[in-house]
Amino acid sequence: MTSIREQFGRDEWTRYTPKEKLRRWGGLALCAIVIIWALGSIEVVWAWVWGAPMQMGDLFARMYPPDTTNLGSILNVLWDTVNIATFATAFAVLMSLPVAYLAAQNTTPNAVTLWIGRLILVTSRSVNTIIWALLFVAIFGPGIVAGIVAIMFRSIGFIGKLLGEAIEEIDKRPVEALEATGASRFKVIVYAIVPQVMPTFWAVSILRWDINLRESTVLGLVGAGGIGIILQGAIDTFNWPEAATVLLAILALVILGEIVSAFLRRRIL
Amino acid sequence: MSAVRDHWRKPPFIANPVLRWCVIVGAVLYFGWVGLTMPIDWGRVAEGIARAGRIFGGAFPPSFERSGLLIDGFMESLKIAILATAGGVFLSIPIAFMAARNIAPLPIFYLGRAIIIVARSFHPVIVAIVFVKAVGFGPFAGVLTLIVYSIGFVAKMLAERIEEIDFGQVEAMRASGAPYISTLVYAIFPQIMPRQVGLTIYQLDSNLRASAVVGIVGAGGIGATLANAFGRYDYDFALAITIVIVAVILVSEGVSGQIRKRIQ
Repeated sequence: MTSIREQFGRDEWTRYTPKEKLRRWGGLALCAIVIIWALGSIEVVWAWVWGAPMQMGDLFARMYPPDTTNLGSILNVLWDTVNIATFATAFAVLMSLPVAYLAAQNTTPNAVTLWIGRLILVTSRSVNTIIWALLFVAIFGPGIVAGIVAIMFRSIGFIGKLLGEAIEEIDKRPVEALEATGASRFKVIVYAIVPQVMPTFWAVSILRWDINLRESTVLGLVGAGGIGIILQGAIDTFNWPEAATVLLAILALVILGEIVSAFLRRRIL
Repeated sequence: MSAVRDHWRKPPFIANPVLRWCVIVGAVLYFGWVGLTMPIDWGRVAEGIARAGRIFGGAFPPSFERSGLLIDGFMESLKIAILATAGGVFLSIPIAFMAARNIAPLPIFYLGRAIIIVARSFHPVIVAIVFVKAVGFGPFAGVLTLIVYSIGFVAKMLAERIEEIDFGQVEAMRASGAPYISTLVYAIFPQIMPRQVGLTIYQLDSNLRASAVVGIVGAGGIGATLANAFGRYDYDFALAITIVIVAVILVSEGVSGQIRKRIQ
């Protein structure tokens, strides 16, 4: 039997060598310094921090019991919210197809189109839905249209990126086989590329619908339609019991959306 | 012979014809009906083109004149993201243990899962307006918001990792009579640590993105600066802020991707 001394070169078993220990402690110290810097220089009214637990308790006490007198109109707007998410996802899926085609290295016609495709994806993805919504509320005025367009603009990047990656990973042989028979470019796409990316296409669309459902609940806070408008109204008028109902409705909607998307994913894939 | 088709047709995506037509008709009805009944003021929408022209006309060229405000906003966003990541990761470890089926007893498991579901279901902006009302305007509301946001993601992923651990090591520790804490530190932590570090770095990146948004409803950071610029029709400054946000997000995505690749 080999002793600990022979195996590890030291008498007692420890988990890390001194060098590893130094690196780990160094990493921890660095994290601690960064956190202390952030904590020390952030402009926070500390009295509010110490009062926070009491304030939160007070808030939740005022929310109870939830007020359901406006439940009818809340559910009505909740339906609008679902429609915003669904319409935006549908439009985004349609519009992301050509973008994904441009942004995939193996299908894009040339280097310029590749960069155009990538630029569209990056711009769309890096600007958050709420920021898009601010812009489109200014353009189209408050309402559902601004919400749909905002979510659509954000979703194109997400769907296009994942779809583009799926196109890059396809099996080249069906494409070559079709090209060898003299099929047109359009037929190559329809019969060789589309069937291969179909599962990813559905998976990504369902996933994005689920995310969009969540995002469409907040659009109303900047005036872009949906349940957020009622929530903002209830909070601004300190109508906490109604705000509680709205929050519960959102929770139910999101959980329901997750169940539906999990079901669809199982059925389709 | 004549019964044999001489043309190959692509097999339909949904094999069952009844279900296929139901789905198609249902989709057409839904989009048609909802599309026609949605409360849309088309007159107002039509004005949009002219307005878009005015906004973009006002936005170009982007103005970096008030870069002091821009940098202050960003530093605040960065601090919010750092503190929220630290707090969120710290809190999500016990919650992840509560929500791991192989470690926690059933009632605690349900409690842990419930916390994660609630934290995940609410968009950070909704959490932010509640916190802004509860603890006042400013970065503290932002930190609290992003702590909730971090718990929703980190605790969920970590709980899944804990459920996948090799239980042999835990049993070995228990068999040797080790107390609970030692089992945790020597049998479970080493198995989940790499994942935890990766998640933390990912979450820092994610929080930085989100901190740009929660400011729009008053929770501090660059989002507040952006919302103010937009509200004052300072479209050139707003465009400058947006460009910087996009640049910072791209850089932070790249850095966090590199670090995660190096660690794992």
